[in-house]
Amino acid sequence: MQKTFKIVDEDGIHARPATALVNTATKFKTTEAFAESNGKKVTLKSILGVLSLGLEMGDTLTLIAEGEEEAAVLEKLSEVMIKEGLGELHE
Amino acid sequence: MNKISGIAASAGIAIARAFILEHPDYSVQKKQVNDTQAELDKLDDALQQSSVELEAIKERTLQELGEKKAEIFESHLLILNDPEFIDPVKSLITTESINASYALNEIANQFIGMFENMKSAYLQERAADMRDVSKRILKHLLGISQVSPAEIAEETIVIAEDLTPSDTAQLNRRYVKGFTTNIGGRTSHSAIMARSLEIPAVVGTQNVLAQVTSGDLVIVDGLAGEVFINPSEEIVAEYRIKQQAYDLQIAEWKKLRDLPTLTEDNVQVELAANIGTPADVEGVLENGGEAVGLYRTEFLYMGRDKLPSENVQYNAYKTVLEKMSGKPVVVRTLDIGGDKELPYLEMPKEMNPFLGFRAIRLCLDRQDIFRVQLRALLRASVYGNLRIMFPMIATLGEFRAAKAVLLEEKEKLTSEGIAVSENIQLGIMVEIPSTAVLADQFAKEVDFFSIGTNDLIQYTMAADRMNERVSYLYQPYNPSILRLIDMVIKAAHKQGKWVGMCGEMAGDETAIPLLIGLGLDEFSMSASSILPARSLISKLSTSDMKQLAEKALEQATAEEVVELVKATVSK
Repeated sequence: MQKTFKIVDEDGIHARPATALVNTATKFKTTEAFAESNGKKVTLKSILGVLSLGLEMGDTLTLIAEGEEEAAVLEKLSEVMIKEGLGELHE
Repeated sequence: MNKISGIAASAGIAIARAFILEHPDYSVQKKQVNDTQAELDKLDDALQQSSVELEAIKERTLQELGEKKAEIFESHLLILNDPEFIDPVKSLITTESINASYALNEIANQFIGMFENMKSAYLQERAADMRDVSKRILKHLLGISQVSPAEIAEETIVIAEDLTPSDTAQLNRRYVKGFTTNIGGRTSHSAIMARSLEIPAVVGTQNVLAQVTSGDLVIVDGLAGEVFINPSEEIVAEYRIKQQAYDLQIAEWKKLRDLPTLTEDNVQVELAANIGTPADVEGVLENGGEAVGLYRTEFLYMGRDKLPSENVQYNAYKTVLEKMSGKPVVVRTLDIGGDKELPYLEMPKEMNPFLGFRAIRLCLDRQDIFRVQLRALLRASVYGNLRIMFPMIATLGEFRAAKAVLLEEKEKLTSEGIAVSENIQLGIMVEIPSTAVLADQFAKEVDFFSIGTNDLIQYTMAADRMNERVSYLYQPYNPSILRLIDMVIKAAHKQGKWVGMCGEMAGDETAIPLLIGLGLDEFSMSASSILPARSLISKLSTSDMKQLAEKALEQATAEEVVELVKATVSK
């Protein structure tokens, strides 16, 4: 399952929030999480992967979770996105 | 003696002996190995040791500099364990039967290259983090023992090619009096760390490392961005005096940072800052700003190829309001046109751009642009204390028209079920003489005035402020200007409204005594002027300044006014 966000932080995604996303994704061993933007898909368990997306304000970012706890993972990741002021849900 | 210039990265003056912090040779050779498992084990050991070190640095930074500064090392720890980084290194070792240090260097360089080629300046600087982490691992792989900056135990000035974030975090404030580097900029990590550690620093000197020998006497002037190597005794004496004066001033300003702005006889005024982007708010708070008195929204519209969307604007306004946490934020609606062009609007060239189709004149005509900005502002209004002001208002008709558009947009948002603050003050810039003269009428309808002195002076004196040949007519202390300011303040106070000033004059030390005397309520200036202004105001008595202002209004020339201020204030 997946959710799409629009990046609203004017600095795009920085090391600090990227760290929070990776820390969250890594907590779940049974579920794989990915981030996809501009046709590039990376594992959310890699901070270098997330930074390599080069996300800027206005870009869309799709978070994808696959596995036993996919709903919980996606929920937690969305919380981080909103709490860090990174993005808003994109319809 | 030798003098080098660089970038002033962290304010203050330091005088001490040079300590050269050289980074050892990290060059690696490609070697074929038979036992790849041994290389994999070496890599694991190096990662383990690096991890222990980074945990210690993170802990130390957390204690000394706080959570925000420690976050960078949390990121470094994640890079250290990043499967996208470490897995390719391991597979390179096994598939090509090569040594761990070479494989690590190869993969790290790929990431460094990737960051260096990114569009965003921020992400380009992440190359430095990648280098820092890979050097740390290499150090263990190559068995290099390096003097850690943490071991420096005598008063020194550190000289280096560059300081990594981890180097800087380990500097001991007790011994490291200052540092200077060949590379780096004001926003590089080492510069930001230096400012939080309050260590004077000059970066980006290009060649300081080549010019200094260990033990040389060095002066780092982090105010001017200059470095002196083996200076003469006279220079040292001169800088000792500068250093003392600066330290005293800082101590005084620091005391004032969290205090209200009070005159000697305890009359309170508000010191605010002018900003252009949300990133400027940090400086406002660091300098004890009590409000944002002018948020120039033009920057949102410049340097791009189309108008900024409602959401882009909303986010910027919301960020500023939230960061100011309830303190007033005066946002000036779009002041563009004339000399400040937006190429994508394709406006025709004008003969007299300063007297032309600009600011509110343009906004009332191009309501498609104006309404988007107002909606963004209204939506953001619930996140703080928003005040809106219209620029270049010449007639009451313009103000009423602009206010009507604002109320329409507010109505629309409310009917869409979107929350809007009920307490948004609405004011105007006073920068056209007609408005200053008719201020008594305006004062009945606006919530506040903000006097824009740069334009008010240019329009009153009929002198183009871009034309150097008439620059002598830029006379903020001319009694004609003071009388206009006096009229505006009196008219506003009669209606119980407040008056601010957001031109350069508001932070000017000759003007401040006069403005206190005239009864100005809010002074908005560049953030770095706030603490000096608060210090100056604390030494002024309003009753004395009132007398001074009354006399000033009766002078004939600007020169006489300046003389009068000097004679009164220096007493």
